Amino acid sequence: MSMFSLFRRPSSAPVARDRLQILLAHERASCGQSDMLAILQQELLAVIAKHVSVERDNVVVRMDRGTTVSTLEIDVEIPTSITFEATVREQTGQPRPKFKIV
Amino acid sequence: MTNVAKVLVVTSGKGGVGKTTTSAALGAALAQTGKRVAVVDFDVGLRNLDLVMGAERRVVFDLINVVQGIAKLSQALIRDKRIETLWLLPASQTRDKDALTEVGVGNIIDELRGKFDWVICDSPAGIERGATLAMRFADAAIVVTNPEVSSVRDSDRIIGLLDSKTAKAEKGHCVEKHILITRYDAQRAALGEMLTIGDVLEILSLPLLGIIPESREVLRASNIGSPVTVSGAASAPGRAYLHAARRLCGEALPITIPTDRAGLLYKLFGRRAA
Repeated sequence: MSMFSLFRRPSSAPVARDRLQILLAHERASCGQSDMLAILQQELLAVIAKHVSVERDNVVVRMDRGTTVSTLEIDVEIPTSITFEATVREQTGQPRPKFKIV
Repeated sequence: MTNVAKVLVVTSGKGGVGKTTTSAALGAALAQTGKRVAVVDFDVGLRNLDLVMGAERRVVFDLINVVQGIAKLSQALIRDKRIETLWLLPASQTRDKDALTEVGVGNIIDELRGKFDWVICDSPAGIERGATLAMRFADAAIVVTNPEVSSVRDSDRIIGLLDSKTAKAEKGHCVEKHILITRYDAQRAALGEMLTIGDVLEILSLPLLGIIPESREVLRASNIGSPVTVSGAASAPGRAYLHAARRLCGEALPITIPTDRAGLLYKLFGRRAA
């Protein structure tokens, strides 16, 4: 580390490179199946709808793409004071459903 | 008081002039004042607003999914992590721009009008479907222009489209139009290497919203995925965008060209590498 690097702001290019690498890895891998999430959501909802009636407004889908693992979080609000929450690990292929009764 | 949303298109015709940077910076600047702001990426197939705003890892649904009824608008909107009144509606990365329909876009804009104070439509370059639909339902337009001949010519073409192809124009009304000059280099303009502000305004004859100086802060902001009005609010482009946002809200601020105050070490050593 040189003396001057003490005074310099940390450079932003490495941040840019890391962000791009993660993003492009996902985009290249999922080319042509961009609607996977939409299909997954619809199928999951169809299964849930067999047992309880769910408003589409009460479904929140969140995503976080990471380097080695991505998380897809689907929050379904069920009006009978029972909350169902499923977390699906996208890349490890290990579905880890989680049920939470409030 | 009823909510009167304003739909603003950020357009230019030419690519690479700073539409996406401007959409993110102004969206964040307006949201910082407590206004509810939705920034919509219309660049179907080549989305980048998510990356510039640092939300690329959280995109689940997009504009086309909402147009096609696969997702609801509320599911596709992504809330900014820094400013809680700022939301992003990403474009689709893999679909064709022909998947956008006028009716579909109109419905989305109507729904957004009910939920937000500002709806900022980030137009793609060019004058094809994506660009014409981005401006279609606009109340106001920002024409982003670089002080350079091809950019000014393309801006003139876009102004023509704003006056003829928008829903407002077809009803005999006028879209409120502003020029935003970006990547302005005062030193090169002083040397006569760049069109002056006066030249640009005389040719396009529209009011000036602001002048954004060329700055390393803009690249830094996109590198880290943060609007320049958030990560570099004190920098020259940050201040220029914050002022432009205040003018958009009706404040009569005099137009200035902010400058970056270079540190002593940068003055002594920074230029050597350039």
